[in-house]
Amino acid sequence: MIELSGHLAQLSSILAAAPTDGGIPAPTDGPAWFGLIPGLALLGSIAALVMMFFRVKSKAPAWTVVTTLGASFVLTLIGFIGWYTGDQLPQVSTLWTWISTSWGSEPGQSFHADIGFYMDGLSWLWMLFVTGLATLIGLYANEYMAGDRGYARFFAAFGLFVMSMACLVMGDNLVLLYLGWEGVGLCSYLLIGHYYRRPAAVAAAKKAFIINRIGDLGLALGLFLVFTTYGTIRYEELFALIPQGVDIAGASVTGQWTEWAIPCLLMLGAFGKSAQLFFYVWLPDAMEGPTPVSALIHAATMVTAGVYLIARMYPLFAADPNMVALTIVAWAGVITAFWAATIEMAMFDIKRVMGYSTVSQLGFMFAALGLLGTTAACFHVFTHAFFKASLFLGVGCVMHGFGGQLDLRKLSGVMWMSGFRIVGIVMLIGCINLSGVPMTAGYFSKDMILAQAFTTPGALIPGAQWIAWLLLITAGMTAYYTFRVFFRVFVGPKKFYPGDDPELLALGRHPKGEPLHHGHHGEHEHGHGHDDESPDSIEDLRTLRQKEFDPETEEFDPHPPGRAMNIVLIILMVCTLAASSLYFINKADHGWVGSIVHHSTADYPAPGDSSKTVIAPDGSEHAVGTFLGFDPHKAMYYVSAVVGLIGILIAAYLHGPKGAWGLFLGNRTRTDKVRCDAVAARLGPIPRWAENKWYVDEFYDFIIRKPLWMIGNIFHLIDKLIVDGLVNGAGLAPRAIAQSLRPSQNGILQSYAVAMACGVGVILLIAFLLTT
Amino acid sequence: MTREALPIVVAQADALVTGLGGPLTMYHFLFLSAILFSLGVIGFVTRRNMIIMFLCTEMMFQAAGIALIAFSRYHLNHTGEVFVIFVLTIAAAEAALALALVVLLFKRRETLDAENWAALRG
Repeated sequence: MIELSGHLAQLSSILAAAPTDGGIPAPTDGPAWFGLIPGLALLGSIAALVMMFFRVKSKAPAWTVVTTLGASFVLTLIGFIGWYTGDQLPQVSTLWTWISTSWGSEPGQSFHADIGFYMDGLSWLWMLFVTGLATLIGLYANEYMAGDRGYARFFAAFGLFVMSMACLVMGDNLVLLYLGWEGVGLCSYLLIGHYYRRPAAVAAAKKAFIINRIGDLGLALGLFLVFTTYGTIRYEELFALIPQGVDIAGASVTGQWTEWAIPCLLMLGAFGKSAQLFFYVWLPDAMEGPTPVSALIHAATMVTAGVYLIARMYPLFAADPNMVALTIVAWAGVITAFWAATIEMAMFDIKRVMGYSTVSQLGFMFAALGLLGTTAACFHVFTHAFFKASLFLGVGCVMHGFGGQLDLRKLSGVMWMSGFRIVGIVMLIGCINLSGVPMTAGYFSKDMILAQAFTTPGALIPGAQWIAWLLLITAGMTAYYTFRVFFRVFVGPKKFYPGDDPELLALGRHPKGEPLHHGHHGEHEHGHGHDDESPDSIEDLRTLRQKEFDPETEEFDPHPPGRAMNIVLIILMVCTLAASSLYFINKADHGWVGSIVHHSTADYPAPGDSSKTVIAPDGSEHAVGTFLGFDPHKAMYYVSAVVGLIGILIAAYLHGPKGAWGLFLGNRTRTDKVRCDAVAARLGPIPRWAENKWYVDEFYDFIIRKPLWMIGNIFHLIDKLIVDGLVNGAGLAPRAIAQSLRPSQNGILQSYAVAMACGVGVILLIAFLLTT
Repeated sequence: MTREALPIVVAQADALVTGLGGPLTMYHFLFLSAILFSLGVIGFVTRRNMIIMFLCTEMMFQAAGIALIAFSRYHLNHTGEVFVIFVLTIAAAEAALALALVVLLFKRRETLDAENWAALRG
């Protein structure tokens, strides 16, 4: 007890010595009800799981999960408002001790992890959009997944995902973060593999899980190294120690190899989860999962966990005077952004385009993090979450409505079809955000990243100017590929070819000549029909799903999204539009998001704010960069707008339909005859290579999977021949001996008697010989 | 072994067979027992008829009984004799059981040959 209090006294002296200006302020106590935010999500998930085991056929699992997630969101909102209007200090609320062990009385000879929550601006920002979007997308999935045989299973995993994400974001120590990290990985696996009867979905789920494992190894090692270096994994203590460069026993840790090794290992984990650089290949394949999952997990929330990790651990990253990890993060981000953009420009699968676009936008965020612009990165995470979610949900409506058709060459003029107007408008809003049309949320956040990139001194992050220019080019490419999809699919002559997904085809197919009868389809005019399907109509749908679609005798009518899906789309669109105004709130503090993020561990004096110099952690001053001699923050308003518009105009020229909607530029009159084909033909095989993702998957297959497979075969042979040989040999010996003894067991009574008599004789003989 | 030590019965038997050449000792009885037992074993091993085989086992029983009584006399106590009484009783019961089994086996195969019952061949 005395030792413990001595330890605590030393710890509190270290904590008290933490600088109050510039450093991270010591946290205050938070209320215990913060635990309800993940707790409610878990409750919904368990309820859905129970319903799964009881084979509940109704929509009860969806409503339970959406209600609990909605309650989580409300609690988050209450907590956030309390924090935002209060002193904005980090709040720590500890529920109970999770792990506590010690092997000595010295400071640093114990390990302590709580189930507790560390709530600062960063955690609140993330929790706001995680719970908010999860509620909305749950509502959307309630309709989208209707009739799916894994309905309850889907929502159980959905709730569990939000719970894990909340653990990841809210946890007050690295072990709880790791728990949430693995939890979201598991849920991602479960949800990508939701259609487990489809081999592609199973393969994609496995791929995502295995590639994430590689990154997670880095995260785990980084976590271990944090503990061995600083002697604690609790944020509260860690963020008091890092600025002073001491461990929990008060010994200095500066100038050691751990200074760059810890951030590099943590960065590896972030790369895995956020699909950067070598790890990006899993994310496009993850589009095999149901679209709501793609929207929530693989666009808006889970994949931003890597950004969160780096932002949360920013003091560690910035503590390295050489900024090795941040330089790698910046370069990895920009290379990924550019690389993914080249692939998107040639992809025809619109959902995959969105997937690669997410990879590319995550690259922007990583580049911003690496270039010391945590605020810009977090702002982009926030705006991207809304517009990318709405884009995904819009694509989901198209997929839902056209029998799973995703090929942009086989869809045209969707916006003009009955019931698809809202989808088209939402897609347009999403697209202008993604491509950075002025005054949209996406424009402001991307602008901030680009300006940040140009201001970051090259002396701190080597090659910062190159990164900035490459990002600018990528921004133009983003505008092009975004509007390529929009011009091809949503405007132009009305024409479509239905896809081949039997589940989705069943929603709109009917015999030729007969109109679509409303029995199994519901009332078109009053929105969606799934909500009140009678049992026999479900049987109708089931039998329809069994039969193959026959274009000779059957017709397909597009199936427009119903009430729930449309409402969610509209809410998301409003959120996306409203997000642009956030930039003007607290403008001096880099907007609303900036004013939140600046009160968190991600706060770092961003270069080029008020003074024209930036002070590196080692105290040296560096002049901030410029954009061709202009102030990047002002120049970027115009430059990025022009770059974005050029991208859109090129897309309009190459892919736009004939008429006003193509700004008089396009000449497309059919679904697949466009000017772009002539350009593509002149480029030779390059578009085909890009469409095949530059054969990266094949390359990985060749350099990693094939050698592993061969080594595995060799070991299999060794096992079979040598190990099995030994074991089988040991088994053969008794068998051979028994074979020679078997004839004595001949079943004839008298021969046994003879043997017995002889045996007695022999024993007597021996006894006789021994006694004489 | 002295003549005074031998009980009266043996003395009478002794007198009875003296004419056969020499006094009657325990070894005679043990010899008889051994001959009977050997005949039993040989009969059991060589004959195939189950009833004969059964009789041979009975013969071996009686050989053992003779040896027991001889030893009992020799040691001048009744333990061996009591034991033989028990053995005979049990043998009688067992004979009834065994013959019943033989009858059943005969009903199955219409033969008494023991070689027909070799299903336990390894």
